[in-house]
Amino acid sequence: MESSGLFSLVPLIVFLPVAGLLINIIFGGWMNEKAIGAVASAASGLAFVVAALLGVALWTGSGEAVVVPFADWIHIGDLNVAWNFRVDTLSVLMMLVVSGVGTLIHIYAIGYMHEDVRFKNDIGRYRRFFVFMNLFIAMMMILVSGDSYLMLFVGWEGVGLCSFLLIGFWYDMDTLGRPSFANSNAARKAFITNRIGDLGFLIAGITMFWWFKDLSFAGVFTQAEHIASIAPGVILFITLFLLVGVAGKSAQLPLYVWLPDAMAGPTPVSALIHAATMVTAGVYLVARSAPLYTLVPQAQTTVALVGGITALFAATIAVGQYDIKKVLAYSTISQLGFMVAAVGMGAFVAGMFHLVTHAFFKALLFLSAGSVILGLERGHHHLAHHDEHGSSSHEDVFDPSDMRNMGGLRKQMPVTFWVYLIGALALAGIFPLAGFWSKDEILADAFHKFPTVYWLLTVAAFLTAFYMGRQVWMVFFGKPRHAAAAHAEESPKVITIPLMILAALAVLGGSLNLPGVHSLTLWLEHTIAGVEAGEFNFLVAGLSTVLALTAIALSWVLYGRKPLAEGQKDPLKKLLGPIFTVFERKYWVDEAYWAVFVNRYVDIARFLADVIDGRFWHDFVHEKVIAGTYNWLSRTVLDLRVDQQFIDAIANGLGELTKRISSDLRRLQNGFVRSYALAVLAGVVVILGYLILK
Amino acid sequence: MAQTIPLSYYLAISAVLFAMGALGVLIRRNPLIIFMSVELMLNAANLAFVAFARSFGVLTGQIFVFFVMTVSAAEVAVGLALIIIIFRNKHSIDVDLMNSLKG
Repeated sequence: MESSGLFSLVPLIVFLPVAGLLINIIFGGWMNEKAIGAVASAASGLAFVVAALLGVALWTGSGEAVVVPFADWIHIGDLNVAWNFRVDTLSVLMMLVVSGVGTLIHIYAIGYMHEDVRFKNDIGRYRRFFVFMNLFIAMMMILVSGDSYLMLFVGWEGVGLCSFLLIGFWYDMDTLGRPSFANSNAARKAFITNRIGDLGFLIAGITMFWWFKDLSFAGVFTQAEHIASIAPGVILFITLFLLVGVAGKSAQLPLYVWLPDAMAGPTPVSALIHAATMVTAGVYLVARSAPLYTLVPQAQTTVALVGGITALFAATIAVGQYDIKKVLAYSTISQLGFMVAAVGMGAFVAGMFHLVTHAFFKALLFLSAGSVILGLERGHHHLAHHDEHGSSSHEDVFDPSDMRNMGGLRKQMPVTFWVYLIGALALAGIFPLAGFWSKDEILADAFHKFPTVYWLLTVAAFLTAFYMGRQVWMVFFGKPRHAAAAHAEESPKVITIPLMILAALAVLGGSLNLPGVHSLTLWLEHTIAGVEAGEFNFLVAGLSTVLALTAIALSWVLYGRKPLAEGQKDPLKKLLGPIFTVFERKYWVDEAYWAVFVNRYVDIARFLADVIDGRFWHDFVHEKVIAGTYNWLSRTVLDLRVDQQFIDAIANGLGELTKRISSDLRRLQNGFVRSYALAVLAGVVVILGYLILK
Repeated sequence: MAQTIPLSYYLAISAVLFAMGALGVLIRRNPLIIFMSVELMLNAANLAFVAFARSFGVLTGQIFVFFVMTVSAAEVAVGLALIIIIFRNKHSIDVDLMNSLKG
């Protein structure tokens, strides 16, 4: 009974962040930086507390899903859509990740965005940033807590909007701070690419409603088997179109192109939205739709293959990138590929496990990268101040996120170095860090269920360890390749403490689902039917560990043993030659999309504008047909014929007639009495004659 | 004696007198002559009245003649006064000069 009381708290996970953003919108103008950041962080933190209480309620209760009715939304005919909250082990897991990691990132952002305020001297941006962040948390909570596909879609679109707003946060400049549309173009790219995926989701949702007459999870899942038996194609259709939505939101092939550009946003945004939470919504969607996917093996195969290929594809691109955030972005795409492949294979627990650990260590990596960037910016700023007195021959454009400008930072930024190292090792899958356990569980499941995907993922895991090794050597070891790196300074505590907490989570996150204990499996089996505890496979684990260590050793040979010198080409370029260029240029996918889709779209738009709209609609239909007919009617028919020649003729004719009659009649009144007398006489004669002769 | 001269003779004379009177009114320009012609027309009517009265043996016509004579005497009085006024204004009594209503 007490636990049911706790369940009724669930609307708070949405409304606490909403309250936070409202406070910042209404009162933010009177508050200082610290207060704005504290309100936003507290809103997110309280949401975490509520999520934790819900988790406790589930833990102490039966663990079965609880639906908390909240509000009626749509009533049209038979269609009833209510805004209900669903509290089950899966949604609470997501809530915990979103609000937990989200809170840490909010706190980190207090420090990170302080630099923005300092450099750009505009506290309004600071407030705007935290309003968007809280809005994102609220939307993400709607997404994970909704009890129907429609509510999920509401959150899905809401986080897309926040993603757009935050990628384009510095909308008037490019990533180097020069005035440009580059950042707002990146935001648009993300938004438009996501629209393509969302259209798939929408088609799936409409089809679902057409067949199931219901959009709530329980309603759909109970009918799924029945519908599958009477119309086998329907479930396949729905699941494949859901996959399109997943590919958009979770940046899978072929819709992943927006995620690397999304790095234009502030680094806390990259960590929260584009690494830890929003992009995992697709994985959550597939896990949530497990009862549908398990009915259609073809869809599962497709999902797993998309994930596997994406994982390998993005990992190869990550090898050739120089931007510290771009490497992490492609790494995120690759890791999302792991998760999608896992949930596609039916290894839902492994996928969710990796989602959670990835949220920890990827958020950690992004935030640490942000700390590195801030450190470099401080170094650069420091130099600029020195230059004011000396020569002003400093180069204008300095990219603080280019790894070629870094090097040797472990001495300047020790805390950042250590947490980054932990994150990198966790991502590389080194025992006993979080990534080892979750990635290994995916690999073990793939080994049994889908060998093709297993090999794709194994190669991707090898590359993951390699590019993370490359990054760590390039950033933290060797000698500074730029004066700014030599003068880099460690970040303040408000930044490093969230990093340490995340580092601890990245170390210990594996304990969520240790082999033999399977706490996460036991937790999720209340929600996802038929999950089985994956067994620990020493062959798989051993192979992946050996590969990861080999990759790190290889990266040491290339980048660690003889550190990159200033202006030196990437040593891998010598080794691989044109293949490295392919990686570096990202397979020219952006250029190909540009040529195939964007330019064709522009051509079509031009054609529509010039020919259809301009020449046909405007010049022909409007000018010739409508305006011409109207002018002809008004000028020729109505004006000339009807008005001038008919109505005027009547009026003028009447006038002429009156004039003529009156001029004729005027002659009668000549003033001569005798002629009047004659008229009288004639009249009398006529009247009398008439009377007599009649 | 009454039977010897038929009614139609009187009426014919009356008609001729009336026609001559009317013609005089129409063609003469001297108002005195016009008045005389009017008298002629009135007396033509009087003759017709008297002739009918005599012929039908009723007194109505005879009595009417007295009224006509009275009215004609009054008319001549008014008419002569008008003619004098016209003469004072125009120094002429030509009726064709009287072709405008003002003065």
